[in-house]
Amino acid sequence: MNIIEIKNLTKKYNDLNAVDNLNLQIEEGEIFGLLGPNGAGKTTTLLMLTTLKQPTSGTATINNFDIIKQPDKVRKSIGIVFQDPSSDEILTGYENLKLHGWLYDMPDDLREQRIKEVLELVDLTDRKDDRVKKYSGGMRRRLELARGLMHHPKVLFLDEPTLGLDPQSRDVIWKYIEKLAKEKNMTIIITTHYMDEADKLCNRLAIIDHGKIVVLGTPKELKKAIGGDIIRLKAENLDSEVFKNLKYVKKVSKCDSEVCLTVEDGNKHLQEILKVAGKVDSVEIRSPTLDDVFLHYTGRGIREGSPEGSWADKAMNVRSGK
Amino acid sequence: MSELKGIYALWYREFKVFLRERSRIVSSIVNPILWLLIIGGGLGSAVSFGDVSYQTFIYPGILIQTALFSSIFFGVYIVWDKKIDFLKEVLVAPMRRTSIFVGKIIGGSTDTLLQIIILLVIGFAFMVSGIMPDLHLNIISVLVSLAFLFVTTVGLVSIGLILGSQMESPEGFQLISSFLIFPMFFLSGALFPLDKLPQYLAPFVFVNPVTYAVDGIRGALLGISNSHFNLAFDFAIVSLFAIVMILIGTYAFKKMKI
Repeated sequence: MNIIEIKNLTKKYNDLNAVDNLNLQIEEGEIFGLLGPNGAGKTTTLLMLTTLKQPTSGTATINNFDIIKQPDKVRKSIGIVFQDPSSDEILTGYENLKLHGWLYDMPDDLREQRIKEVLELVDLTDRKDDRVKKYSGGMRRRLELARGLMHHPKVLFLDEPTLGLDPQSRDVIWKYIEKLAKEKNMTIIITTHYMDEADKLCNRLAIIDHGKIVVLGTPKELKKAIGGDIIRLKAENLDSEVFKNLKYVKKVSKCDSEVCLTVEDGNKHLQEILKVAGKVDSVEIRSPTLDDVFLHYTGRGIREGSPEGSWADKAMNVRSGK
Repeated sequence: MSELKGIYALWYREFKVFLRERSRIVSSIVNPILWLLIIGGGLGSAVSFGDVSYQTFIYPGILIQTALFSSIFFGVYIVWDKKIDFLKEVLVAPMRRTSIFVGKIIGGSTDTLLQIIILLVIGFAFMVSGIMPDLHLNIISVLVSLAFLFVTTVGLVSIGLILGSQMESPEGFQLISSFLIFPMFFLSGALFPLDKLPQYLAPFVFVNPVTYAVDGIRGALLGISNSHFNLAFDFAIVSLFAIVMILIGTYAFKKMKI
């Protein structure tokens, strides 16, 4: 069953198509990743799906409810963890969760039980009576994640959920998210710019650029589509043109002072490539990662610039009317 | 049921935050006392209206001043909620925007009325100690005043929320709100009687809804001879003001962009 069906979803700001005729189906229980460079339209898509922004045209259904015609029912079916802090820092962690339980009309005993459960999960039980003001950035993120999970939504949206977390907390949170998807059959939509994370966790992912889906598939499929291994060569005065005649070299690009090659069966052809290259300072060969996939399809590295939604980006977005 | 719980949740948050931000409470109490003692005492040495001292005369106006500042300024919290994503957290919850507006009004009014009650207690102390002996603070006059203050506060909190729902930055909010607060205060008759206003001033004073709140409370607390209009008329105008503001506010919240 498709828990989310996106049909021709479009959002225009003046002349700019922030989201451009998006079509996508997501199955129940999937962990689905939305990847894309800054301003690609990920967050706008998320805001439309969560009924916070009205689409210019097109629509989507979540849990069989239409986001335009039945926003109330959609909201009951979803949970979301926003990119920016969204807890009240004058209240304690516990109070923030209690507030959430009330807003979602949870029965009292269930609410208290879930608060206990999620607090333990994110390891904040000891700090629950401290004001959020005194939390570190990571703790705050964990609290907000706990809050998004608390009412066990059918679909959970996570907008850059582990931004600012240390590797240890990231691991803990991802383990729980995987568990939730499996046990509760919860569908999880994440935007992230941690490619290793997307690779490890997502069943499927879509790379979005300029409001359109550039490519869609499982991490494995996407990496395979690159068509070979990545070889990086570092040398002085290396002419990248010389590799273009080799038929097993799929792609040649220059990154800084290095030359990057996408090579079919890289291990086999390394010897010949080195012969063509002549004297090199260093050489690196590896299997493609999602970073390479990303670069391949968007022409940009995902880590260039800060993740979407930092204050500087927001300021820019406000000015350009986005 | 679910809507009521949500409204309660929003009120609970505002109330907790209010109790924890002590500096807000302190300044909201200290300011009016300074007005009473300095403006009231200073001008009062030369001026008096009707059968009461100037200090006593402006006491109802000072109550309203507190309501004005605290209520309208409450709208800035919406702007702050926008800046962090807390507003989104509330808007994405399965409750109606009208309920969110109602929860905010109740929260803001509670804050303001608590400050007013403290001022009433201070007024009582001034009355008993002989600083303002002409004040008539008794159960009935206090209840009538509170009724006026409650309805006015609801209207003013709505103004603050309407403004907050449209503004992007706290600085912008502050600028626009002071353009509203100061004329509303100075044109309310809080500091002067309404009987012999110059012609250029009278229209501005009489279109200001706050004028009727000050007049009503003055009638209740200083004796009926000190009010310009009939108290029922005053109350009707103030109620109308509150209703109109609630309607506009509900609309503004429905249209609010994030």
